[in-house]
Amino acid sequence: MQLTGAEIVVKCLQEEKVEYVFGYPGGSVLYIYDEFFKQDKFKHVLVRHEQAAVHAADAYSRSSNKVGVCMVTSGPGVTNAVTGIATAHMDSIPLVIISGQVPTHYIGQDAFQECDTVGITRPCVKHNFLVKDVKDLAITIKKAFYIAQSGRPGPVLVDIPKDITTHVCEFEYPKTITMRSYAPNVKCHSGQVRKALQLMLEAKRPMLYTGGGVILSDASSQLVKLAHSLGFPVTNTLMGLGGYPATDRQFVGMLGMHGTYEANMAMHHCDVLVAIGARFDDRVIGNPADFGSVPRKIIHIDIDPSSIAKRVDVDVPIVGHLPEVLGELQALFDEQKSKPDAKALAAWWKQIDAWRGKNSLKYKQGKEIIMPQYVIEKLYEVTGGDAFVTSDVGQHQMWAAQYYRFDKPRRWINSGGLGTMGVGLPYAMGVRFANPEATVACVTGEASIQMNIQELSTAKQFRLPIKIINLNNRYLGMVRQWQQMFHGDRHAESYVNALPDFVKLAEAYGHVGMLIERPADVEPALREAFTKHKNDLVFMDFITDQTANVYPMIAAGKGLSDMILAEDL
Amino acid sequence: MRHIISILLENEAGALSRVSGLFSARAFNIESLTVAATEDPSLSRMTIVSSGSDSVIEQITKQLNKLIDVVKVVDLSEAPHIERELMLVKVRATGKDREEMKRIADIFRGRIVDVTESSYVIELTGDCSKLDAFLEVIEHSLVLETVRTGVCGIGRGDRILKV
Repeated sequence: MQLTGAEIVVKCLQEEKVEYVFGYPGGSVLYIYDEFFKQDKFKHVLVRHEQAAVHAADAYSRSSNKVGVCMVTSGPGVTNAVTGIATAHMDSIPLVIISGQVPTHYIGQDAFQECDTVGITRPCVKHNFLVKDVKDLAITIKKAFYIAQSGRPGPVLVDIPKDITTHVCEFEYPKTITMRSYAPNVKCHSGQVRKALQLMLEAKRPMLYTGGGVILSDASSQLVKLAHSLGFPVTNTLMGLGGYPATDRQFVGMLGMHGTYEANMAMHHCDVLVAIGARFDDRVIGNPADFGSVPRKIIHIDIDPSSIAKRVDVDVPIVGHLPEVLGELQALFDEQKSKPDAKALAAWWKQIDAWRGKNSLKYKQGKEIIMPQYVIEKLYEVTGGDAFVTSDVGQHQMWAAQYYRFDKPRRWINSGGLGTMGVGLPYAMGVRFANPEATVACVTGEASIQMNIQELSTAKQFRLPIKIINLNNRYLGMVRQWQQMFHGDRHAESYVNALPDFVKLAEAYGHVGMLIERPADVEPALREAFTKHKNDLVFMDFITDQTANVYPMIAAGKGLSDMILAEDL
Repeated sequence: MRHIISILLENEAGALSRVSGLFSARAFNIESLTVAATEDPSLSRMTIVSSGSDSVIEQITKQLNKLIDVVKVVDLSEAPHIERELMLVKVRATGKDREEMKRIADIFRGRIVDVTESSYVIELTGDCSKLDAFLEVIEHSLVLETVRTGVCGIGRGDRILKV
């Protein structure tokens, strides 16, 4: 079958069973968009800014485990998309980004809307391609989908010059693909697994520390089963929330800079640590030297060899696909006779319960001013703990992570690695496209939401009944918190002046706006939004306490046991 | 510790920038980098001389392996190997220096590959220390220009880096 490049792009996306393409047209991709127009197998979601297209595709993937797909034009289309691509890259999200490029013979001539797309995106993609011959187009797109979702997932960009989309060639979509330079290892080393189990059974103070890898590889059920068999405490990273049910007795909460007292203390004092799909980053273990000063054995299970022994030395490295590694651990555990040291484990739990007794997430809700934590707790109650929650970046993100107890994977959608303000609303859009019946809440702040506020228009066009929970403290809250704690309380540029009237703004876009100023109104307003306005986008502007800080907190560069608690102040 | 890392990679446009970009993005050090196509034109062979602690070198090899275009990575300096570098040196060669330059080049088994009334171009191959030693020995003020290829290396005996 002879097809043009533009027709081939569409055929390939159909072959990959793509449901939605998030994008924005422009000169270089006009032939491709023309072919979009002529088909109805997948839908195109027109965003209002390319950054949002990538974020929406990213959240579509995070909440469904399918590959997110977006399409942007050359030059500014690509540069606008870069923040989205980098965000997905840091959190290992499988995306295929198709970008237009100026015609082949214009490349390098500083043509209109030309940029070096492959060069600009190279450091923030898993891989990228520039297609120079229409004959390579189908196989390149096939490779892009394969690379994006295999091994440690990530975004892959395919840059297509405009002339290629008009050239004609024979089309056949490859069924499978093999690459001599890329064959991610998924089969783990059985000897290492045996060694790991041995260490775990000998442990006196064991700890399971799990991250985003558990979510990405759908290893949650294997993790829960193994943890229950062993009886070990479990902590999740920010990216790992929902990988282990937060309401389970063995869950000690999130760890890290704003983790619970019990999670950080247990992480610090354990003697055998099993890291599963997590990467010991600076927001999690604080100072690696301090962390390393406590003797403990570390088992590290990850699909990516380069994540292992990157920040901390590891005793038993296991490279593999998590569901299989955890399955093999479980099988080994089931078939042998020895059990974990029950006496030691009981003593360890007694210690952990004592730490729990600190109740490190407590706060006071008075009658006058709304506390942000209270809004999240009520959101949890009103949605029955079953909503998809997206967040932006800052204090509200940490409160959402601390107070909304996620029992299922893929329900908590946030930018953990890059920390991109402005993701919340496009994330909520992507989630809703992937889960058309789902309850979706976007927890945000008055600063973050303004970074992609234009997407209220997209949400209107596609009738996305997102509930925006705007924790409005009139400050860049996390910046203000750091300034208060580490910069002599000088609030340099952290006060958000000249805020819009968010209720009127929401109404201007055709949505419902609500202003909530008193604690007593929080729950009724949430109930109204989630029931009466079930099918509307509701922008809920909560005027919250201006000086609330996120606790516990480990200052940057400090050790895990060096926590600042609310009660210390 | 100095390491010589050999890489087989797809001979694709942009493959070099993926490798060099990785080194700069992760603050790894490059002392020299050489690359050319192999006998199989679809593959390039790259030799990078780098230095760092064992854990840094481990990260370098892991990160290189992670690049989609990279087929194989070997740390040559882990076992017996041969390394060679080529240098061209243009020196002023007049008067008594003319004879002296020729003599030193001979001692280092260099070849004079270009001659004018006032200068020589000397071609020298060897490991880095030999080339350094040559530059140490000759009079500095007579050196007009030097150019070095960077190191390329190969394992001894049965160690073969091939697809």
